[in-house]
Amino acid sequence: MTTTQPLLGAPTARLEAREKVTGAARYATDHPTDRTAYAWPVPATVVRGEITSIDTTAALADPAVLAVLTHQNAPRLHETDDPNLAVLQSPHVAHRGQFVALAVATSLESARAAAEAIRVTYRTEPHDVVLTPDHPGLYKPDEVNAGLPTDREHGDFDTAYANAPVRIDAVYETPALHNHPLEPHAATALWDGDDLTVYDSNQDSSGVQRTLAQLFGLANGKVHVVNEHVGGGFGAKGTARPPVVLAAMAARTVRRPVKLALPRNQLAAVTGYRAPTIQRIRIGADPEGHIEALAHEAITQSSTITEFVEQAAAPSRTMYNAPHSRSTHRVAQLDVPTPSWMRAPGECPGMFALESAMDELALACGVDPIELRTRNEPAVEPDSGLPFSSRHLVECLREGACRFGWHDRDARIGGRREGRLLIGSGVAASTFPALVMPSQAEAHAAADGSYEVRVSASDIGTGARTVLTQIAADTLGVPLDSVRVRVGSSDLPPASVAGGSSGTASWGWPVHKACTELRQRLAERGYAVPEQGITVAADIAQDIDEREDLARHAFGAQFAEVQVDPATGETRVRRLLGVFAAGRILNSRTARSQFIGGMTMGLGMALLEGSTMDPAFGDYAERDLAAYHVAACADVPEIDVHWIEEEDPHLNPMGSKGIGEIGIVGTAAAIANAVHHATGVRVRALPIHPDVLVARLADQPGPP
Amino acid sequence: MKEFRYERPTDADAAVALLTDAPAATYLGGGTNLVDLMKLGVAAPDLVVDVSRLPFEEIEETDGGGLRVGAAVRNSTLAARRMVRERYPIVSEALLSGASAQLRNAATIGGNLLQRTRCLYFQDVGKPCNKRQPGSGCPAREGVHRDLAILGASEHCVATHPSDLAVALVALDAMVHLVSASGPRSLPLTELHRLPGDEPQRDTVLRHGELITAVELPPPVPEARSAYRKARDRASYSFALASVAAVLQVRGGLVHHVRIAFGALAAKPWRARVAEEALLGQPATAEAFEEAVDRELAAARPLRDNGYKVPLARRLAVSVLTDLAAPEAGEPR
Repeated sequence: MTTTQPLLGAPTARLEAREKVTGAARYATDHPTDRTAYAWPVPATVVRGEITSIDTTAALADPAVLAVLTHQNAPRLHETDDPNLAVLQSPHVAHRGQFVALAVATSLESARAAAEAIRVTYRTEPHDVVLTPDHPGLYKPDEVNAGLPTDREHGDFDTAYANAPVRIDAVYETPALHNHPLEPHAATALWDGDDLTVYDSNQDSSGVQRTLAQLFGLANGKVHVVNEHVGGGFGAKGTARPPVVLAAMAARTVRRPVKLALPRNQLAAVTGYRAPTIQRIRIGADPEGHIEALAHEAITQSSTITEFVEQAAAPSRTMYNAPHSRSTHRVAQLDVPTPSWMRAPGECPGMFALESAMDELALACGVDPIELRTRNEPAVEPDSGLPFSSRHLVECLREGACRFGWHDRDARIGGRREGRLLIGSGVAASTFPALVMPSQAEAHAAADGSYEVRVSASDIGTGARTVLTQIAADTLGVPLDSVRVRVGSSDLPPASVAGGSSGTASWGWPVHKACTELRQRLAERGYAVPEQGITVAADIAQDIDEREDLARHAFGAQFAEVQVDPATGETRVRRLLGVFAAGRILNSRTARSQFIGGMTMGLGMALLEGSTMDPAFGDYAERDLAAYHVAACADVPEIDVHWIEEEDPHLNPMGSKGIGEIGIVGTAAAIANAVHHATGVRVRALPIHPDVLVARLADQPGPP
Repeated sequence: MKEFRYERPTDADAAVALLTDAPAATYLGGGTNLVDLMKLGVAAPDLVVDVSRLPFEEIEETDGGGLRVGAAVRNSTLAARRMVRERYPIVSEALLSGASAQLRNAATIGGNLLQRTRCLYFQDVGKPCNKRQPGSGCPAREGVHRDLAILGASEHCVATHPSDLAVALVALDAMVHLVSASGPRSLPLTELHRLPGDEPQRDTVLRHGELITAVELPPPVPEARSAYRKARDRASYSFALASVAAVLQVRGGLVHHVRIAFGALAAKPWRARVAEEALLGQPATAEAFEEAVDRELAAARPLRDNGYKVPLARRLAVSVLTDLAAPEAGEPR
C-alpha cells in the first residue's frame, strides 16, 4: 500500500476540473427543482430614512407573481450577531441599496418586472457617506477585525521619532474595493416541513447553517447548506449574506423552491467590500536605516448597521524591528454599505502603506530596499515578543533579488528609458498570518477497499477538494483514486470557513488525524474491513489549544517592473515575481494558481480597481465589470512564482501555511515603488490611474 | 426587461417601414450595447427590428478608389480585412483598441456609431439623467465624471461618445449613407452626432426610422501617415480617457494635409478643426503641434475631476503628430 510518487506537493490537477470546464459542475442556482419560483430584490433608492409606504398593487397584478415581501409581511427573523441579515424586518433604511422588498414569481422575468413595479416612498434624512481624515465621527473601536487589539504602543514613540536623524511622515490611501466574484451571490432554497435546504454560494457551509438556524429558530440539524462548487468569493461569501436569507424567507412564504441570483449591479451594496483606508505612517531611523520609531495610524469606515474595522495597521506589529512603536485604528460609522472581508483584510491595504513607506525610507537613507528590510529583521515578533514558528522573509528577498536581476538595477530615479517609455522596478514584502480554526472530519474505510473522507470544507475554486484528497491518500498510504473526499455540505462533519487562508490547515489537520487513526486501526486488524466498514472521527479543537504560543506567519517578497508612458500616464506592469515562504506547499499546481491569482488581484488594486462613493446618492458608482476594472488578460504580464522549502514543525501535521491571501499582499506597494523608480512620482493614493501621473508628470522638467 | 416584438426584415425598405409607424421601436445591430441597455431598463422598445442581417455586409472599393463599408459588417471583420489594414490602418487600430474580441465579433459598424454614452448616470434608471429622461437633471456635473466631457458639453449633459471607430472615421473624412421613408441621403460623419445643447436626449441628427446603410471612406491621402492612439485605465476592454486619430502629410517640412480627431472628450468624435487650420502650411515641428493643439483645447471646460483630460489629450495629440512627422526617428523629438 505505498505509492511511488509523493502525493503531498504533487501538481495534482483539480479533481473537478472536467466537470467545471464542461459545465457539468452545479453552482448555487444550477440545481434542478420542481415548481421553482424566482425572487428579485428591490434596493432602497434613498440613503437614509424610513419607508413610509409600499404600493405593491401593480406588482401583484401579474398572476405569475406569487408574493411581494416587505417589512410589513415578511416572516419574522430571530436576531443574530450580524444585523445586516435582518432583511425586511424594519422600515429603517441605513444605506442606499439595502433591500426594502422582494418580488417572487413563477418566472424570473415576472419577478423582475414585479420588483420594478413596486412603489416605495420614504421619509428621508440627511446622510453622511464620505470618509475624511478628520471626520468628527471617528472613534476608537473596542477591537478590530480578527479580534485584534485596536491600539498597541511600545516604548516612547513620540520622543524616539522626534530624535531620529531620518524621518518619514506620509499618508497613504486605499479606495473602497469590491470582491466581485465571477459567480454572484446566489441561492436556491427549499423547505420540507421544518427542514430547510439551501444550495448557496458561500465560503462556509457550517457557518451559514448555524446562521440560518438562528434566523429561522431551527435546530442546526434542520438546516442543510450545500455549496458543492463556488465561483469565487474572496471573502465576500465568508458568512451568510442577505440573498440566502431572502431566498429562504421567500420559499417559506410561497411554499415552493425559490431561486435568487443577485444581479451584478446589486452586489456592491449588500455583499461587503474592502473599506477605504487613510493611513499615516511615521518612521524614525538612524542614517543607516535602522528603525527606531514606527507609527502606523489607520482610519477607515463602517456602516451604521455593523462595526467592521479593517485592521490595516496590524502588519506593522509583525514586520520590522522597532523599539518604539504605535499602531492605532479609528473608524467612522457612515451611511454606507457594510464593509467586510476582502482577500487579506488588514494586511493588503496595510502593507501597501508600510511597504511604500519602507521604500521612501530606503531612498531617504540611501540604502538598498532589500538591505533596509534585512537590517530591520526582528529576532522575535515585535508586538507580541513571541518567537516566530518560522520566518524566511530575508531568504525570499534574496532569492527574489537573484531571480529578478535586482542587483543589476540602476537605483537612480527616472534613469531608464526605452524609447518614449520610462522603466522602473520595485520591491515589497508580503506577509499573512498562518491561521487554523477548529474543524472536524471523518474517515471511512469501506469493505471494497475504497475510502471516503467527509469534511464540511468549502472549495471556492482554490482546489481544496483536491488537496484534501492528497492529504488523505498520503496519510492512508493509498493511491489518490481510492479516496473520495466529500466536501461542500453542512451535513458533513462541521468545519471552518474558507477564509483567513486557513482552509487547508484547518480541514487538512482533522482529515490527517482521522486518516492516521484509521490506518492504525486497519493495521491492527490486518487490513480486514468488516461489511459495514470502519469510520473514524477526528476533532482538532483541543490540538489547536495545546499548541505552543508562537508567532505564525507566512512571508514573501514581490518584485515588479513597470513601464510608464509619460505622454499618457499609462502604467503597465512588464514583470511580476513573487517568492514565498509559506511552509510546505501541498499542491504545487493549485498553489501556484493561488499565488498568481493573488498577485493579479494586487496588480488590479495597484493600477485599476477602485469604487467611487457618490456623495449625492450614497452608493458606489462602479457596479458592473465594465465600470469596475479588474485586470484583463492584457494587463497581466508573465507572473513568475517561486517558493522556498520551509520546514516548520509548529503548524499542523502537514507543515503548511495558508497561501490564499499572501499573494495580494505587497503587490501594490511593489508596483507603486516601481512607478516611483521609473518616474520620480510617489503615488500614495491608489489606484495609480493615468490621470494621477499625467497631472504629476506635467510638473517634471523636459519634454514628454 | 419589458416584453417586445422582434422582427427580422430581409430588406432595408421593410425595416424602415416597420420603424416609421412605431415611435417606440428601435433597430438592433450586434446588440452589444442595446441589449445591455434593455436589461438595465434604460431602453424599453416595444418593437426591435433586427438589421444585423440586412444585405449590408460588403466591404468594397468604390469607383473613386475609396472604400464602402456596409453597416452590418462586424467590427472584427472590418479590422481584419487586408485592404483596411493596408490602406486605412487607423480604422483597424481603432477597432482593435475597443471592447473585447467577443464583442467585436458581434458588434456592427452601423451599431458602433450609434452606441450610447457609458456615463454611469445614464445607465442607472434609479438616478436622474437628462439624456435618458429629459428635464430630470444631470448629477454627473457634481458627481462622478472623471470619464466625461471637457469639450462641447452643456449644463444639461456632459456625456461622451464612447466609440473608437468613429474617431478614426472622422479623421478620414468618412461619409455615412442613410435611408429613411423619405429616401436615401448622405452626411459627413462629423455631422452625424450632435452636441447636447438643451436636447441631450438626441445623440444624432438621425430622424426616427432613419437607418445607416454604409460608411464610405474617400481614397487615402497620398504620402500621408496616420495613427490612432488611445489612453485608458486598463490595457483592454476599457473605454478611452482620451484618444486621438491623426492623418498627416508633410511636404518639404511643412504640413500639407492634416486631420486630427479626439475621442472621449465630447458627446461626438471631436474634429480638431482649429488645430488643423493652425497647422496647415506650418513647419511640422513639436512646437507647432503643441501650439495648434493648445488652441483647439482652449475651448475645454473641464469639471472638478476631469481636468487631466486637457494635458492628456494635448500630449497624446502632440506625441502622435510628432511621431507621424518623423517616421525615421520613430520617437518624439
